[in-house]
Amino acid sequence: MTIRDPILEGIGAGWQVIDASKLEADRELEADVAIVGSGAGGGIAAEILTKAGLKVVVVEEGPLKSSTDFRMRESDAYPQLYQESAARKTKDKAINVLQGRCVGGSTTVNWTSSFRTPPTTLAHWQREYGLKELSVEALAPWFDAVERRLNIRYWDVSPNENNALLRQAGWALGVPVAPMRRNVKGCWNLGYCGMGCPTNAKQSMLVTTLPAALAGGATLVHHLRAERLALRGGRAEALEGTAMQAAGIQPLPYRLRIRARHFVLAAGAIGTPALLLRSHAPDPQRLLGRRTFLHPTTVAAALMGHAVKGYAGAPQAIYSDHFLDSVPVGGPIGYKLEVPPIHPVLFATTLHGYGEMHRNLMAEFANTHAMLALLRDGFHPDSPGGSVQLRDDGTPLLDYPITDFVWDGVRRSWLTMAELQFAAGARRVYIVHEQCGGYASLAAAQAGIAQLPLQPQLARVVSAHVMGGCGMAADERRGVTDVWGRYRQLGNVTVCDGSLFPTSIGANPQQSVYGLAARNASRLAEELTARPAPALA
Amino acid sequence: MPTRRQFIKAGLLGGAALAAAGLFWSRGLKEAPGGAVPPGLTLSQRSIVAALAPAILAGALPASGEARRLAVARTVDGVGVAIAGLSAAAQKELGELFALLGFAPARVLLARLWPDWEAATPAQVAAFLQGWRFSRFALLRSAYAGLHDLVLGAWYGNPDAWEAIGYPGPPEMP
Ligand SMILES: Cc1cc2nc3c(=O)[nH]c(=O)nc-3n(C[C@H](O)[C@H](O)[C@H](O)COP(=O)(O)OP(=O)(O)OC[C@H]3O[C@@H](n4cnc5c(N)ncnc54)[C@H](O)[C@@H]3O)c2cc1C
Ligand code: SF4
Repeated sequence: MTIRDPILEGIGAGWQVIDASKLEADRELEADVAIVGSGAGGGIAAEILTKAGLKVVVVEEGPLKSSTDFRMRESDAYPQLYQESAARKTKDKAINVLQGRCVGGSTTVNWTSSFRTPPTTLAHWQREYGLKELSVEALAPWFDAVERRLNIRYWDVSPNENNALLRQAGWALGVPVAPMRRNVKGCWNLGYCGMGCPTNAKQSMLVTTLPAALAGGATLVHHLRAERLALRGGRAEALEGTAMQAAGIQPLPYRLRIRARHFVLAAGAIGTPALLLRSHAPDPQRLLGRRTFLHPTTVAAALMGHAVKGYAGAPQAIYSDHFLDSVPVGGPIGYKLEVPPIHPVLFATTLHGYGEMHRNLMAEFANTHAMLALLRDGFHPDSPGGSVQLRDDGTPLLDYPITDFVWDGVRRSWLTMAELQFAAGARRVYIVHEQCGGYASLAAAQAGIAQLPLQPQLARVVSAHVMGGCGMAADERRGVTDVWGRYRQLGNVTVCDGSLFPTSIGANPQQSVYGLAARNASRLAEELTARPAPALA
Repeated sequence: MPTRRQFIKAGLLGGAALAAAGLFWSRGLKEAPGGAVPPGLTLSQRSIVAALAPAILAGALPASGEARRLAVARTVDGVGVAIAGLSAAAQKELGELFALLGFAPARVLLARLWPDWEAATPAQVAAFLQGWRFSRFALLRSAYAGLHDLVLGAWYGNPDAWEAIGYPGPPEMP
């Protein structure tokens, strides 16, 4: 059986796709709506606005790659599909940030875990940011629609051993664990979601909303970096983009300019604030690019003495919210527990140390279980998140100082993970910290973890969830965008991605992006067409 | 570990080295005989990575002989490819780091490495890595982390390294 490649088929059928790396002169396009970024927010907006009968152009900095290209090799996938080859770092280089940079954005490389925005998070937004309209009930129809559209349901195949160990640990200690929902259709359970799904089972934007938009007449321009919005009189007149070389790192000397009635910004929670900063968008309260959140994530590896094969099978299937639910949302930082896929490059580079010590751990690669704790940042005054800045060349840089408040959660999360891993039968547990030589018992781990210095770079902290930077609020003094994602200071600019969140989500964010994007893009479609918006599904 | 005073001095030296970095960079590209050197790495950078690899990959590299030489060379190539895939800003920073490491006074003062890279033993290189890994300067710790990721990423991204860790590689697709 050969696997169909919907992208190659669509291009064959005459989709409007412009590869800006092949430009040989400047170009201009006209549209009703220009969408910047083709990830979770941009993809949903593209389908809804196209179906509403609007002429849509989607701009994407990364390349157009599809199932034919997805060879399940990290050495291909990271340079092609990720921002900065999956090595994007915060300013002090303490946190490695994973984000997609390709058509489909992070949804092309994400791990398919799907959660609605937690009610505690929405309640906090209502209380602290006046976002009264964002109640569980009001959002439910939007989440229902994206669940239908992206086939989000419980994953009924038994979890791989890496996930099963989290479940077993939870059962052993009485820590509640639960199965996840995933956005897949006919998943082969291969485990390579992070390198682009080779079977098109993952219902990413690449194989769902973007093909729908393109089939409906939208235009996709890839290899085009949105540089700035040309602003005049409180409105955006045009989007100016720089063509990128095929490898996607250096610019070409050609520009593509898009004139449009409306601009939808969905370049992700680093890209969107950066575009607005480069455009010198008015920001009287100096909030733009501030309060960027990461779910700072800690890692513990456990040698199990039996095969775990964390590279095979759906990467995430089981989670625990116990350490979120059992603490008050505004108290000491809580964390969600999950497991990561374990592939050689990701694992070897995340693991601390070098030489024989590192080698001995890698020798146990296939017998290693790894656990993640995702810290819920942004709910406490001592967790203000980071800020997006611009380098001299205009590219974004995220400054995210890890505060003592967050460090406190880092240490607690290590203790929790070690306890769970020993309960699941671990022979030895390694906290990913340069000073951890491994612990043979829970008592040793507790004593050792208490001593680990909480310092950037010594403790490995990672993130695959960038959020915030264009936060919504009812009050213009609290947020640059309103509850519909409209950028307050610009009449025809709507933000439609993860940068809208005023705090982190406290759950894997993709479905929160989809749901809000569907709601906000539908409203925008109604405004622009004066007709009811088409249903997403 | 460098004292504060040394670090400040090194900072000044570093400044000089950084200024030279751009030069090294463009000259290195010209040094490369057509296509023989993968994108990004100059000859001086190659010798630094070739010295780092046996320390970082101790136990993973073949013990000796031609196999070892080839494995180091492949890793150096892999690091070059990896750097070429980084952002322009990260490439520039790494260019500066390598220029610093390739600048003898900085190497001695900051990396505490007396012999030059070609003559340094893996044990001496390991001592340098250890110093930066636990340095009280975040800058040096982050430089260590960068070298760690580059060399280990290049090694484990290569299918030749997979058998030894029990990774079967991706499944065959129909
Ligand atoms: C490895 C990985 C695993 C993940 N796993 C999960 C998971 O299992 N479940 C979950 O819920 N979430 C997961 N996430 C996170 C989730 O995918 C993101 O939160 C979500 O996709 C964010 O949507 P977005 O629209 O804000 O940005 P993105 O989806 O990141 O899209 C932004 C797009 O904009 C483009 N762009 C940026 N700047 C410019 C510019 N200047 N010009 C043009 N284009 C630009 C980018 O290239 C990118 O394609 C994961 C993320 C990663 C990286
Ligand atoms: S696990 Fe399923 S969704 Fe993920 S890459 Fe494999 S087939 Fe695709």
